[in-house]
Amino acid sequence: MKKGLAKLTLALMAAGAIGTSAHAASTLVYCSEGSPEGFNPAFYTAGTTFDATSKNMFNRLVEFKLGTTETEPGLATSYDVSSDGLEYTFHLRKGVKFHAAKDFKPTRDFNADDVIFTFDRQGNKENPYHTVSGGSYEYFTGMGMDTLIKKIEKIDDYTVKFVLTKPEAPFVANLAMDFASIFSKEQADAYMKAGTPEKLDIDPVGTGPFQKVQYQKDSLIRYTAFKDYWKGKAKIDRLVFSITPDASVRYAKLKAGECDVMPYPNPADLKQMEADPNINLMSQEGLNVGYLAFNTQKKPFNDIRVRQALSLATDKSAIIDAVFQGAGKAAKNPIPPTMWSYNKNVVDYPYDPVKAKKLLAEAGYPDGFSTNIWAMPVQRPYNPNARRMAEIMQEDWSKVGVKAEIVSYEWGEYLNRSKKGEHDTVLLGWTGDNGDPDNFLYVLLGCDAVGGSNRAQWCNEEFNNLLLQAKQTSDKAERTKDYEEAQVVFKREAPWITIAHSVVYEPIRKEVKGYKIDPLGGHYFYNVSK
Amino acid sequence: MFQFIFRRLSLVIPTFLGITLLTFTLIRLIPGDPIEVMAGERGVSAERHAELSAQLGFDQPLYVQYYHYVTGVLQGDLGNSLITREPVMKEFLTLFPATIELAVCAAIFAILIGLPAGIFAAVKRGTVIDHSVMTFSLTGYSMPIFWWALLLMLVFSVNLGWTPVSGRIDVVYWIDDVTGFMLIDSLLSDEAGAFTSAVSHLILPSIVLGTIPMAVIARMTRSSMLEVLSEDYIRTARAKGIAPWRVIVIHALRNALIPVITVIGLQVGILLSGAILTETVFAWPGIGKWLIESIGRRDYPVVQGGILIVACIIIVVNLLVDITYGIVNPRIRHSR
Repeated sequence: MKKGLAKLTLALMAAGAIGTSAHAASTLVYCSEGSPEGFNPAFYTAGTTFDATSKNMFNRLVEFKLGTTETEPGLATSYDVSSDGLEYTFHLRKGVKFHAAKDFKPTRDFNADDVIFTFDRQGNKENPYHTVSGGSYEYFTGMGMDTLIKKIEKIDDYTVKFVLTKPEAPFVANLAMDFASIFSKEQADAYMKAGTPEKLDIDPVGTGPFQKVQYQKDSLIRYTAFKDYWKGKAKIDRLVFSITPDASVRYAKLKAGECDVMPYPNPADLKQMEADPNINLMSQEGLNVGYLAFNTQKKPFNDIRVRQALSLATDKSAIIDAVFQGAGKAAKNPIPPTMWSYNKNVVDYPYDPVKAKKLLAEAGYPDGFSTNIWAMPVQRPYNPNARRMAEIMQEDWSKVGVKAEIVSYEWGEYLNRSKKGEHDTVLLGWTGDNGDPDNFLYVLLGCDAVGGSNRAQWCNEEFNNLLLQAKQTSDKAERTKDYEEAQVVFKREAPWITIAHSVVYEPIRKEVKGYKIDPLGGHYFYNVSK
Repeated sequence: MFQFIFRRLSLVIPTFLGITLLTFTLIRLIPGDPIEVMAGERGVSAERHAELSAQLGFDQPLYVQYYHYVTGVLQGDLGNSLITREPVMKEFLTLFPATIELAVCAAIFAILIGLPAGIFAAVKRGTVIDHSVMTFSLTGYSMPIFWWALLLMLVFSVNLGWTPVSGRIDVVYWIDDVTGFMLIDSLLSDEAGAFTSAVSHLILPSIVLGTIPMAVIARMTRSSMLEVLSEDYIRTARAKGIAPWRVIVIHALRNALIPVITVIGLQVGILLSGAILTETVFAWPGIGKWLIESIGRRDYPVVQGGILIVACIIIVVNLLVDITYGIVNPRIRHSR
């Protein structure tokens, strides 16, 4: 009986699938790298979780235009900004349907109540759902939304107004982020009434192109295409995430035809993938930067000449070859070239040990000095081998008389200590959240971030004022000008050695059509066909 | 017999308490703050850190945390994962069937190959057969599992296409989770071909995981058999004209089995506690990978709870082994 019921539910949920037999429907298999932490994207910060949830199951008021970092209308068809930049009024899309869950069938379309519930739950401690399932909304608070949003008003069923505490231009880009995925208030109310509110985070319904049917931890996630999706049904009928943590095995599965798309290949396999007639190796520069930050509050790095000298003494091309094995590009700006406002005209420090030595002598260190380089203990997209990178820099610096000791800690400890500024120089990096330059420049180099994510502990008035100015206006041309200028100041002051932007590779089977790499690192399958 | 089992059981309680204390202390001795690890490069503000610490109970003195942990355990509550927020017990129960399924198949493979090979080598002592079995088992014993798994996968799955690469069943089959055991669930489903697919997915992982236990069992069986075969009573039996196979199977093997059972017991205990490398390579959703990932993420409740359960399994398996001794060799239960 129980089994019969389960079958019935499965059949009901799979209503979106065309065809009656499993074999007739077109299935796309994505070999994902791990299990999602959960199914409510507002709780988490990992890309693996977003791929399985927000990217394919949900929508947001504004969305990233696929393949770019620009935003486009999502569940809101348009928005108006008040002249003081404090009020954003969103006009919502009509006729948007929610999926159904095992024990919930929606009776109404998406409307303003869903928008208000989604944000009120995260920001308002009085909301009955705020503390459900642990209630920590890392991205919402991390992006400062808790202090930024003053109130959210429902003008009518299809109009919502956000009132902010200060003008903040990146706000719209924030709304395109995963934590802002719209949940169904009707479902939330139904579960609260039934006394099982935590079910909302296990089996939520979204408005996105795919609905979840089954999840087996560490094994697979099954989705069917949602036939009532507001943009039209997806081209594939079924989507399966086959969870495969090892990159070599993902590649073996791709070769054997057991998966169609795989993320994060081993750099060593790239050559072979390129030569494989069944595989299409796609690539794009990632929205990230790997850098070495000088602790500008410590001697001798409080002297701009020392920072410039070590920038001149570092041979980036050797690092790109040895550490990235070609899957990286030398960085000259703190933001990646795929991001708007990237300043092409900035000239990087060339590799020039002679000039470096001269600058060091001017700064009062003709014989160099002793310092340390902190190397991360983990592999990250922006730095596949920090230890190796540190060794190359150590060698380069020794040529101008600077003796550097390489230091490493366990990852949590590393992050914590470098936040407090215990290092002389530290290797770290960043992957963008929302495609807005503010998300790199202000988060990593703004004065507010000193003692936090500003590992250079660098507070420069000229630079900071430009960033603050860019936050105040929603005019993109004006903002671009400010950010371009800020990048010039940054290069001159050299609080970091900008090292590299990694290149993201995604091998897919030849028969897969319409797949695009998302510069923000997500994996979307709505436009894909097979 | 009951007294024997009771004596064994009474030893379990202090062992159990010792394990709770050890896992609790050890995971906290590893440097690294779970909240920092969760936040990554983004970091958390000092206030948020304090708030989260309070929420998770990390702001309390260690002995208070330990007290809460042990009282929870005694009531059957192992706490919730810091990452997924699911109860540890629930996560364990979801993943354990996959581990059992793989462990049982690997053990069957190891015993079916290892035991006869060991007996054969002992009987044919000093011959080419003996040397080949021993070389084979030594190679198996020192095989780097990760490499072995990838090698088999490349040959049999990618090049020959005989077996699937990884996973538990082909993705075309949409099997309901009824028991968690894929072999049983695929049989219960009405989908044709599902069971065969589940079996074919088990072949390579079982061989890989069973390789080391097989080698250990073969070597142990051989040396134990050799010892027994040189005993006087075997010579007597042979002198009496009993059929050679009867001497080996009835007279020698039964006496040689005691150390072999110990080894099999230990190996099964190890297999049931999850196979980290095999599970990772074959994307097998078992408890080994789960535990390792939790250590990396400093997911204290999962590490504590998971290791505790695994330790209990090993205790139970050992207890069963002790009891089996008693059955196989009555002298053991009487002498204590």
